[in-house]
Amino acid sequence: MSTKRIMKEYGECVADTPEGMKINFDENKITKWEVLLDGPDQSVYALPEVLSVSVRQGGHFKLEISFPPEYPFKPPVVSFKTKIYHPNVSNDDKGSMCLGLLRAEEWKPPNKVVAVLRLIQTLLIEPNPDDAIEPSIANDYKENYKEFEKTAKEWVKRYAK
Amino acid sequence: MLPLFHPLMQRLDSDFDIDQDDVGFESQDKDIIPAKHAYEVDFTVYSPEEIQGHQDKQIAEVSNILGQPPEATAILLRHARWNKERLIDQYMEKTDEVLERAGLGDTADAHPPRLERIPGFVCDICCEDDADLDTFAMICGHRFCVDCYKQYLQTKIKNEGEAARIRCPGDGCNRIVDSKSLDLLVSANLKDRYQELLTRTYVDDKDHLRWCPAPNCVYAVDCRIKDKDLMRIVPTVHCECSHFFCFGCSLNDHQPAPCSLVKKWLKKCEDDSETANWISANTKECPKCHSTIEKNGGCNHMTCRKCRNEFCWMCMGVWSEHGTSWYNCNRFEEKSGHEARDAQARSRQSLERYLHYYNRYANHEQSAKLDKDIFLKTEKKMTQLQNTTGMSWIEVQFLDSASQALQQCRQTLKWTYAFAYYLARNNLTEIFEDNQKDLEMAVENLSEMFEKPIDQLQGLKVEMMDKTAYCTKRRIILLDDTAQNLKEGKSLVRSLVLVTCTNQPLGQWKFNVTLP
Ligand SMILES: [Zn+2]
Ligand SMILES: [Zn+2]
Ligand SMILES: [Zn+2]
Ligand SMILES: [Zn+2]
Ligand SMILES: [Zn+2]
Ligand SMILES: [Zn+2]
Repeated sequence: MSTKRIMKEYGECVADTPEGMKINFDENKITKWEVLLDGPDQSVYALPEVLSVSVRQGGHFKLEISFPPEYPFKPPVVSFKTKIYHPNVSNDDKGSMCLGLLRAEEWKPPNKVVAVLRLIQTLLIEPNPDDAIEPSIANDYKENYKEFEKTAKEWVKRYAK
Repeated sequence: MLPLFHPLMQRLDSDFDIDQDDVGFESQDKDIIPAKHAYEVDFTVYSPEEIQGHQDKQIAEVSNILGQPPEATAILLRHARWNKERLIDQYMEKTDEVLERAGLGDTADAHPPRLERIPGFVCDICCEDDADLDTFAMICGHRFCVDCYKQYLQTKIKNEGEAARIRCPGDGCNRIVDSKSLDLLVSANLKDRYQELLTRTYVDDKDHLRWCPAPNCVYAVDCRIKDKDLMRIVPTVHCECSHFFCFGCSLNDHQPAPCSLVKKWLKKCEDDSETANWISANTKECPKCHSTIEKNGGCNHMTCRKCRNEFCWMCMGVWSEHGTSWYNCNRFEEKSGHEARDAQARSRQSLERYLHYYNRYANHEQSAKLDKDIFLKTEKKMTQLQNTTGMSWIEVQFLDSASQALQQCRQTLKWTYAFAYYLARNNLTEIFEDNQKDLEMAVENLSEMFEKPIDQLQGLKVEMMDKTAYCTKRRIILLDDTAQNLKEGKSLVRSLVLVTCTNQPLGQWKFNVTLP
């Protein structure tokens, strides 16, 4: 396992954390990062009805990034700890994501976690229903956007406060 | 091995787009080869030696055309996914580029791959920056330390089973790691695995070849059914190792249901597994006296030990009705419209409908296992039977045949229920259900006889052989009818033109789901 690499990546992430994200890093367990993430303003995952502009509006999501022993030859594993209604996040206790960079065939060892964080953020703003892990949610998103939006927002209120 | 010829295939082969490649279908033998059934497809099984032979033959052929040595030709062919026509075209058009991309170009000759130490180098993978770090890069210039490069190749070869088309580890780079670089970087203990994977690409790259999915089986099957035809034909093939599997999806034989229905069905069963779990339980209550009854054979004809009530394990109905024309165990009765007017009632009805089919599907799966258990027990006793009756080993093989027939028929019956679940009712449905019923009755009869005590078996030999043959016949009729109508596909015109020589009612299956 590449301690040096993970430590360096952590340094880079701190210096250049994507907006609305916070990384909780435990030096005793560097292979599991906890990431706190606010649903981006442009997305359905922003917490609605918060009036004060100074308060960040996003629904608050907790996710975990874990580094497999083969890292960086295998991609990191992302799991949402907060339930989210999203075509690319599995709707189970794992909350896993498996697309783009996060797939073993796509991942290249020089790729960095910060790119993964950016990917997650992009996907919250614009889900990718064509590479969905939850076909029924993807179907909602494509064919019944109103319904999708409603459920997604309800879930934010219920789970991501 | 001789490719078999199938008359129905000839009638449809323009639709099936059979390409006359290296092992084409020759039609000169058609008169001497017996006709096959509508549900059967043509295929050939190849041993590893035969596959190697095909590869060598193609390499030699292309090597001649290109004027390249066989080793280089092999690399070029793998690089071109064994598409020799395209390789030859491209080679003739832009030789240098083709060679270069496969790592065989002048640059590779002039600068054979080597390790280098570069002052001030930092490896972007492990972040090491020691001055004596050996590094490696292909012509694309993506340079990493040699340990990382090796580790990367090892992960690809060992864990992901890649060999012929491993991409450069550089971010976004699609350059294939050429064989000379691989020779330099792949460690000795991985070379065998690497060679084996290289050989495998030949089968993996050909659409008409597939490895037999049975564990440890080394054979590959050649079948010329195209993906787009999988809605119209269920290509079950039979490997030398005796495994029956679907060429379309590699799952165990699932005739008569087409691959896409099977996929949908398995997904549904997985999603609804909790709802359906209690059903496959091996114990139920007697519908009359409520004492617990355990099922320990494949047969569905249950007799309660306590009250002697005879009932059907599937529908819990009275058994005496099952042998008569009242037999209705396989058919799901749709409730009339007014009973299902509100959403709740509709959803309950749709669950009931699903459970009806799932029940029977799961039951045949379970019963096949129980039948097999019984056979294994019986096999032991067969030796005794030989001793006590003086029957020869050959003479007791009827039990083996019966067991085989039961397994195969139950496998088919199992999938008829998945198929029926997705059928929208039309004039064909009833014929299908009748066929299903006939096969089911035949199977239950044989299964019941199969559970008879060993000392009675000898006297039942003739009857059992008859019943075995009858089961097999019913299965063929069901599969044949279903397959013929499946082949009718979407175009009615075709059915009028092509199918004139049959007295079976023909038409198209109508499904209640959208399929590709
Ligand atoms: Zn390195
Ligand atoms: Zn490269
Ligand atoms: Zn096999
Ligand atoms: Zn299949
Ligand atoms: Zn009873
Ligand atoms: Zn019944």
